[in-house]
Amino acid sequence: MVIIGAGIIGAACARECALAGLRVAVVEADFVGGGATAAGMGHIVVMDDSEPQFALTRYSQQLWRELASELPADVEYMACGTIWVAADEQEMQEVRRKHDFYGARRVPTEILDPRALYEAEPHLRPGLVGALLVPEDLVIYAPCAARFLLRQAQARNCDLHMGTVKGIREDGVVLQDGSVLQAGTVVNAAGTWAKELTPGLEMRPRKGHLVITDRYPGFVRHQLVELGYLKSAHTLTAESFAFNVQPRITGQLLIGSSRQFGVEETSVDNHIIAGMLARACQYLPELSRMSAIRCWTGFRAATPDKLPVIGKCPGHEHLYLATGHEGLGITTSLGTARLLLDQLLNRAPAIPLEPYLPGRVMETAHA
Amino acid sequence: MPDLVQMTINGVVVRVPRGSTVAAAVLLAGSSNLRRSVSGELRGPLCGMGICFECRVAIDGRQHVRSCQLLCREGMEVTIGV
Amino acid sequence: MSERSEFDVLVVGGGPAGIAAACCAAEATPRVAIVDDNPALGGQIWRDEPAPSTSQSAIWYQRLARLPVQIIAGTRAFAQAGPHILVAESEDGVCELAFRKLILATGARERFLPFPGWTLPNVMGAGGLQALARSGLTMRGKKIVVAGTGPLLLAAAAHLRQSGAEICLIAEQASRRHLIVFSVRLVCHSSKLQDALALRRELAGVPYLTSCWPAAAQGKEKLESVMLRRGAKTWSVDCDYLACGFHLVPNTELAALLGCGVEQGRVRVDDLQQTTVPDVHCAGEPTGIGGLELSLVEGQIAGHAAAGAPDAARGLFAKRKGLRRFAAGMDRAFALRPQLRSLPQADTLVCRCEDVPLGRLREHSSWRAAKLLTRCGMGPCQGRVCAPAVEFLLGWNVESVRPPVFPVRVESLTTTVTGAPPTLS
Ligand SMILES: Cc1cc2nc3c(=O)[nH]c(=O)nc-3n(C[C@H](O)[C@H](O)[C@H](O)COP(=O)(O)OP(=O)(O)OC[C@H]3O[C@@H](n4cnc5c(N)ncnc54)[C@H](O)[C@@H]3O)c2cc1C
Ligand SMILES: Cc1cc2nc3c(=O)[nH]c(=O)nc-3n(C[C@H](O)[C@H](O)[C@H](O)COP(=O)(O)OP(=O)(O)OC[C@H]3O[C@@H](n4cnc5c(N)ncnc54)[C@H](O)[C@@H]3O)c2cc1C
Ligand code: FES
Repeated sequence: MVIIGAGIIGAACARECALAGLRVAVVEADFVGGGATAAGMGHIVVMDDSEPQFALTRYSQQLWRELASELPADVEYMACGTIWVAADEQEMQEVRRKHDFYGARRVPTEILDPRALYEAEPHLRPGLVGALLVPEDLVIYAPCAARFLLRQAQARNCDLHMGTVKGIREDGVVLQDGSVLQAGTVVNAAGTWAKELTPGLEMRPRKGHLVITDRYPGFVRHQLVELGYLKSAHTLTAESFAFNVQPRITGQLLIGSSRQFGVEETSVDNHIIAGMLARACQYLPELSRMSAIRCWTGFRAATPDKLPVIGKCPGHEHLYLATGHEGLGITTSLGTARLLLDQLLNRAPAIPLEPYLPGRVMETAHA
Repeated sequence: MPDLVQMTINGVVVRVPRGSTVAAAVLLAGSSNLRRSVSGELRGPLCGMGICFECRVAIDGRQHVRSCQLLCREGMEVTIGV
Repeated sequence: MSERSEFDVLVVGGGPAGIAAACCAAEATPRVAIVDDNPALGGQIWRDEPAPSTSQSAIWYQRLARLPVQIIAGTRAFAQAGPHILVAESEDGVCELAFRKLILATGARERFLPFPGWTLPNVMGAGGLQALARSGLTMRGKKIVVAGTGPLLLAAAAHLRQSGAEICLIAEQASRRHLIVFSVRLVCHSSKLQDALALRRELAGVPYLTSCWPAAAQGKEKLESVMLRRGAKTWSVDCDYLACGFHLVPNTELAALLGCGVEQGRVRVDDLQQTTVPDVHCAGEPTGIGGLELSLVEGQIAGHAAAGAPDAARGLFAKRKGLRRFAAGMDRAFALRPQLRSLPQADTLVCRCEDVPLGRLREHSSWRAAKLLTRCGMGPCQGRVCAPAVEFLLGWNVESVRPPVFPVRVESLTTTVTGAPPTLS
């Protein structure tokens, strides 16, 4: 088989397939982990927007936890947990709802009263009403994780080809230089670029901005996210931002997050950065005096229902898709790879795979 | 008698000529290093012009300040990595 | 909300190029300002001069003093807030600087090359040690080895010696043959020849070795001695400081951030020093390392042009041409020899912010890949030190800039919106 793209998704798929004994070739145009994977926050987070989103994020998170002992130091695996911060009573209700939802599905969580919250995170602004701690959420450094996953594949049964795929054919892929890589199965894991190779895929780039600070070890201990996040992250308006601060193993703080549709340039937009940082400073006032080193942007591949696309492409016997992971691809990479292999081998999946099948987001399928 | 400013470096009182940068003051006070690198090496200033960030110290509680770009002020509290 | 000021001509950088540009602009147009991150004007060469010490700087400072140029010192331009607006940070706040015409005179920095021990305290740049000496560090009785390449070595050595240091040795990597060709050119520039002769007098008795470079810096917690290499011979010299720089690298980051074309590490300019971006001029070292005289001429041309007096600018073209030829000769004379690529060992750190050794960089094929997978260039200096070294050592193209061009306080990035930031719901 040929996998197009060595982002975290392509790398995870390559590893899963190579470990299962399939012969794999990965084609990467730039370098391993250099696409959206190099832009993301690397928060391995369980989300409850919908049942299928929950199922895939939780399943994947458990796969990451199983892998933890094998990960090299540069993957910066950190079992820091997430704290969902509630600013008012309405958000506190959301804390309780989440607590019940996760509890019913056997994800450990803990409701923090203000005292427990400030003990856990003394630098948060006063006046918050509580929070939900999700201790099994993690943080990793995704580019090195992608490299690790691909190396595991390469150690078994996988070749990496540096080159750009120009087209997908019945018998494999054609590269920019005209050469053909033959394969019985092709997996399009080209992230936001997947659409160029598989037209008709309903997927839009959703831009995000991030800011990293200098090192302030211990200032923040958990990934901190506001509960307004749910509202702002999932409205489909032009732009939104939310308080989302992540401690890195280096002691740096990675500050997110923004979401914008309809913007294609990679340049940093001061207006977005300003709004995003202002919000972060409202929650962590001391942040304002810290030194910000760099700002950057990245693009998430967003489908209309915010679920990824995993499985056989309608109308093509040999072509599979593994893309559309929006803001959760680093989390869901391992689950995606497992579900892909289940389909290739006709195995029973651990979670239902129907919600992720491509048919729902293929324009040709509706026709 | 030159005009002196009094400040502390890791709690020790020093007096340096007014107009000195903090980096120069630390070196004058007898320490060649200003910080510990991420792998624990001792480091001193390199560029003297604000670009290399080797001279970072904490000043009055604020971390990561480039000491080669900042003039000493009366009462300043400087913390260096030792 | 940040303060906003508006100018006809805004000059970024208060070195000779910036001062000359501001003077020429202010003689033709009213609202001119210089913004510079140092506590005082002067750039790298004229800094520390409340009482200017050379007649040339005195002339320029006097000319500037007679003009209504606003000096915004201790303030660093770090991003663009919108078309024709820069944002700058100082110790106590952030301001927006709106302009009709912008002149970038952001100068140069030293190029550093890694060699074993170069991260020890008291190993500094040649300009770096000189800057420290100018900002209060006493040099009396200190033993100093000056090494690397370029005319700055002599200038720094002379200045350090005047400040009371003992210069053990000047080690210049360029060969004698290259330097002879260069000194023949010097003869054609009487002012430069005089400077050179003056330097020679000031350095009388100091050993000056060509084709010689530092192979290692040695010491436990700080520098104790320098191992030098010349041909097959190596030997150690005990010293207090090693002042070591390998010529200069243009500061092109702000220009690149504004979208100005940068080629081979230099900002591209036309005859009137205009960059590829309308209303943005560039003068001095960012357009190519040329030294003081060329910076002054380019600054004047940019100043006249930005103030709408291109004819005054044209009168200086011939002078600039000669100086540029001289600069090209200097580039050739002080070109880095390939042997310097083998100075660092696999475990020699290249990135000093993130402590990344050369061996780890060699696993990668590009600057971006190495950066993402090793953290090289990810620290607060954003590759200003390691990127030029990596370019020389591994031949990589170094990457694009992102705002802020310098690390700034988070709050400075929150106040750059025109319009209030969103409040908590
Ligand atoms: C700001 C931001 C924050 C995020 N935060 C998180 C987070 O905290 N947690 C989380 O789980 N996710 C997060 N994400 C999402 C996550 O980064 C992505 O979902 C994930 O990286 C997608 O991986 P991918 O492999 O599909 O795509 P990519 O990483 O983009 O990989 C695609 C690869 O395909 C290659 N390619 C493309 N076209 C071709 C071609 N024709 N031929 C050959 N190769 C090709 C590209 O070079 C690239 O390497 C975030 C994203 C953004 C933008
Ligand atoms: C470290 C060093 C030491 C030197 N020493 C000597 C010497 O002793 N003798 C000699 O002949 N030549 C010396 N030179 C060379 C000399 O600087 C140049 O030949 C000449 O001064 C060039 O003038 P300039 O205005 O282009 O640059 P500079 O004099 O470097 O001036 C540029 C100014 O712009 C400021 N600046 C840059 N970016 C920003 C920003 N974003 N916002 C605000 N301000 C900014 C800088 O801090 C600096 O003050 C030295 C150069 C360097 C780099
Ligand atoms: S010594 Fe380089 S930034 Fe201060």
